[in-house]
Amino acid sequence: MSLLHLAIFSPFLMAMLVPFFYKGLRSIHTGWFVLVLPILLFTYFLGFLPITRNNQAVEKSFDWIPSLGISFTAYVDGLGLLFALLITGIGALVVLYSIFYLSKEKESLHNFYVYLLLFMGAMLGVVLSDNLITLYMFWELTSISSFLLIAYWYDRERSRYGALKSMLLTVFGGLSMLGGILLLSLMGDTFSVRELISQAGELNEHPLFLFAMILVLLGAFTKSAQFPFYIWLPDAMEAPTPVSAYLHSATMVKAGIYLVARLSPIFAFSGYWFWIVGAVGIFTLFWGSLNAVKQTDLKGILAFSTVSQLGLIMSLLGVGAAALHFDALDDNIYTAATIAAVFHLINHATFKGSLFMVVGVVDHETGTRDIRKLGGLLGFMPVTFTIAVIGAFSMAGLPPFNGFLSKEMFFTGMIQLLELNIFNLQTWGLLFPILAWVGSVFTFIYSMMIVFKTFSGKYQPEKLDKKPHEAPVGMLISPMILAALVVVFGLFPNLLSYSLIQPAAAAIIPSLVGPGEKLSVHISHWHGFSTELLMTIGVVALGALMYVTLSKWIKLYTVFPGKVSLNNLYDTSLYAAERGAYSMTKSYMNGFIRTYLVYIFVFFIGILGFTMWTENAFTFNQNNLAPIGVYEIVLVVIITAGIITILMAKSRLTSIIALGAVGYTVSLFFVIFRAPDLALTQLVIETVSVALFLLCFFHLPQLSRHEERMGFKLGNVLVSLGVGAMVTLMAISAHSNKMFDSISSYYVANTYEKAAGKNMVNVILVDFRGFDTLFEISVLAIAGLGIFGMIKLRLSKKGEEADEN
Amino acid sequence: MEILMSLVIGALLASAVYLMLSKSLLRIIIGTGLLSHGAHLLIITMGGLKRGAAPLLGEEAAAYVDPLPQALILTAIVISFGVTAFFLVLAYRAYQELGTDNMDEMRGNEAND
Repeated sequence: MSLLHLAIFSPFLMAMLVPFFYKGLRSIHTGWFVLVLPILLFTYFLGFLPITRNNQAVEKSFDWIPSLGISFTAYVDGLGLLFALLITGIGALVVLYSIFYLSKEKESLHNFYVYLLLFMGAMLGVVLSDNLITLYMFWELTSISSFLLIAYWYDRERSRYGALKSMLLTVFGGLSMLGGILLLSLMGDTFSVRELISQAGELNEHPLFLFAMILVLLGAFTKSAQFPFYIWLPDAMEAPTPVSAYLHSATMVKAGIYLVARLSPIFAFSGYWFWIVGAVGIFTLFWGSLNAVKQTDLKGILAFSTVSQLGLIMSLLGVGAAALHFDALDDNIYTAATIAAVFHLINHATFKGSLFMVVGVVDHETGTRDIRKLGGLLGFMPVTFTIAVIGAFSMAGLPPFNGFLSKEMFFTGMIQLLELNIFNLQTWGLLFPILAWVGSVFTFIYSMMIVFKTFSGKYQPEKLDKKPHEAPVGMLISPMILAALVVVFGLFPNLLSYSLIQPAAAAIIPSLVGPGEKLSVHISHWHGFSTELLMTIGVVALGALMYVTLSKWIKLYTVFPGKVSLNNLYDTSLYAAERGAYSMTKSYMNGFIRTYLVYIFVFFIGILGFTMWTENAFTFNQNNLAPIGVYEIVLVVIITAGIITILMAKSRLTSIIALGAVGYTVSLFFVIFRAPDLALTQLVIETVSVALFLLCFFHLPQLSRHEERMGFKLGNVLVSLGVGAMVTLMAISAHSNKMFDSISSYYVANTYEKAAGKNMVNVILVDFRGFDTLFEISVLAIAGLGIFGMIKLRLSKKGEEADEN
Repeated sequence: MEILMSLVIGALLASAVYLMLSKSLLRIIIGTGLLSHGAHLLIITMGGLKRGAAPLLGEEAAAYVDPLPQALILTAIVISFGVTAFFLVLAYRAYQELGTDNMDEMRGNEAND
């Protein structure tokens, strides 16, 4: 347990203290106490920068379950540190924002901050764990805390729906990922990521490799809202806005990105990785941006834009994998894609966080997030407008903001794909830059919508619940800081390049970085009149044109009926699964005991018959048979007559008496089979049993005292004949296969010698095998007590009345 | 003799199963009675029906029948008696409380689920 571990666990410890602050110090907003922790953690993690700058790492480990190879190894390298700084930095800003966003009087703040701290700790655990099982544990903890945060206003139906949806999808992915992790550990015999990376070459040839890859990717894609699993993210917007800003734009949805980046060194040698990650990413980019334009809710637009931007980062990671196939090139142009991915990851966290906070401000001050009701807020909220412009223009990829730089790098990566001549890219490779470009056009359109539909145009006071005014300063601090970062990173991108981006990119593609070497990361604003610049100009031109004419073509979206959507597919399949399970259970669990007995007996016949048939198990051997005497034949006739009487009897009385006859015949069998003790017991017990049967018969209720002939059912006959036949065949077969002699010679020899008795059966019962007898006595005692209880104990009302009578 | 006994046991079990599949509670209990008779006879038959003296040392015979299955059956008889007695009283109480002995009417209704 080191300081690093303490840092990872500190949010959990803090979460335990939150309720005490909340109950004990009611006058101060609980968020102020919480705020201290992420700031401390952020400065603590800043201290690692000098180490990771030189592509070195810090590792601390302590055993958790050493016998299973599960330890809690904290590992800080460039990639982990980048995420840790994002989590703690944006975490601090979000906590600050939430202090002003959530009211002290109306909200149950202790719940909010406990969930948020749980999430923060879990997320730190995900990005700093080297052991895959520990990573999975923290991964599921993020799913759970996200579930709790989405349903924070649990009295709203939409919140509960969104929380359940995100839980089902992300846990589905998480479990798939666990499968992938287990397959990886089977192949590599370790849970440690770095040890697995060192055997990447051997793993690549393993037959389970592809399955492990697909399962792990399922986890990453569901968490990072990739196509077709993005559907939970728009519904997660029911969460409070600080949560949306933190979880659903900056941190949790990037856990999948992190996983893909972290495991790239293991999987990226395979062409499938490139295709799956690249193609899913680029299509998600396209699809998300296409859908964002038709949203009318500001948070809805931002949700789809998050989906789209995550697709962008994912596709860059996929394309970056191509670098590994060309490590012979001197200046590997494909590493640029990985660098672009890391850069855009940072940029997206800054501008998307600020945009969510802006939307929260607008919602807070006007009472709505619907762009059809909003407009003309520029005069009321100039500061908010400025922040929105910076965030949205950066998202659209306009200079001088940081989004411009990463968008240019993204285009570079996509264009370079055309030069790639592996994985059959000649035919399909052109789709990548085309989808990227079209996606960017739509990105431009929805970015403009966020700014201009909200802040310019006509002011419609009649549609607003509140009179709009500028937000309190405290609420604006966090988005202002983020917007300032957008501008700073835009103007001076090389502030980041060697401190954060280079170490993170080097951690994603370690095989290309020799000891002591560094990837060359230099981001410049101006790189001549390149194709990328022309593409950006095209995006702006076409985007602006389409935005102006938006009202003319927006109706195109209604061409696709609402029923043909992934949401609808999710809803109907969930409903169908529930209905299907219900009707299936209904169909065989019908409540009739007879039906269940038929299942049991048919299964008995089936499994026994099948085994006898396939194993050729039936044998018939006439040796070793006892001779048949006259007495036996007579008894067999009597017992058969008794059985037939029971079956054919019209009255119950007859069948009870016939049952008695069968029982006495059995005791006669015991007599001729030389079993005197059995015969005695059987006689006595049969007598008592018949008396009990007659008691029951006597107490039949008046109504059903009709003498009925038993209903004849062919199915029952077949089942019962089958059981009888099976037992007969089994008995004959078992008797014909005597394996070895009985052990009873020992009892015969030692009954008198050792146990001082001459009745062998009795000596076995009380001496050799006395324990059986002890518990058989217990059975009788329990039966006796049970009967007594049943008769005496009457708890129902009816029973009490009966007692009084 | 063992083949004949196997057939008798088969007949006992078949009729037991047939009775257990019927609607009347009393018939089901009669069926369990037949089932335990069948099982007891199966045990003694599978122990071998070789002729020999009863398992009493005083007989001073050359061969005895196997005493072990007899001990097992004795235990089984007592246990099945205990269970049958319990069932019968349970059925008797069910008549008293529910006013029916028809198994189809005794299925749990959905309102109670």
